Amino acid sequence: MSEPIEKVSIIISKGSLEGVYPGLIMANGARAEGMDANLFFTFFGMDAIHKKRWGNMKVATVGNPGLHIPTIIGIIPGMSAIATKMMSSKIKKLDFPTIPEFVEMIADTGAGIYACLASADLFGFTKDDLVDQVQGIITVGEFYEKAAGGPIIFT
Amino acid sequence: MTTKLLAGQDVEVDGEGFLVDPSQWNEEVARAMAKEEGIDTLTDKHMQVINFMRSEYMAKGTAPNIRSLGKTSGVSVKELYQLFPKGPAKLAAKLGGISKPHGCI
Repeated sequence: MSEPIEKVSIIISKGSLEGVYPGLIMANGARAEGMDANLFFTFFGMDAIHKKRWGNMKVATVGNPGLHIPTIIGIIPGMSAIATKMMSSKIKKLDFPTIPEFVEMIADTGAGIYACLASADLFGFTKDDLVDQVQGIITVGEFYEKAAGGPIIFT
Repeated sequence: MTTKLLAGQDVEVDGEGFLVDPSQWNEEVARAMAKEEGIDTLTDKHMQVINFMRSEYMAKGTAPNIRSLGKTSGVSVKELYQLFPKGPAKLAAKLGGISKPHGCI
């Protein structure tokens, strides 16, 4: 039998609803299986841990062929809001947590939650802009230290 | 599937050590399993979670996941992970003699 995975570190780099959920599900699932887990939010993924933005993430309707609507339709103002509403209602029906509830729960499981220093500098975010669950704004080197010994997953 | 001796009793377990037949479960079996999982003593709080898992399973046919456990068992997610560091829903199901929770969240 293969050796079980003891620890995973998951990078969330996308700032859309569909870009953030997979990483959250994987981190929560890792903790549920008894593995250690770290979440590292970088670039637009930082919206998911931004106080004013984490409750307001949207589905991308442009450049998202998986949505199966023509790009020309996707650019119409309000389309993203409609797609987000549809997906959010499905998520609610399945009794999935919202992004803020999910991040709070993952923090409660004891997973590490970190923000990327380069991205914080780029967007001008400080610790005060980020939700309380964030344990630190760290460098890429510090991230690799925390990730040592386990696989890194980029989403 | 193999037969295993736990607390002086032969029980059927699957590849991951979960009981195949929940009716072979009793508290002594739970205590013996807990020791194997690195939990030396099952406190009242552990038993509260384990019994809750069992009653949910008996009522609904599936074990609750960590989120609903945190919402409905009376024990918070944070505390659940302190009680069962190696995965509360999975471990409480195992120690409760029922099958592993199914689902992604």
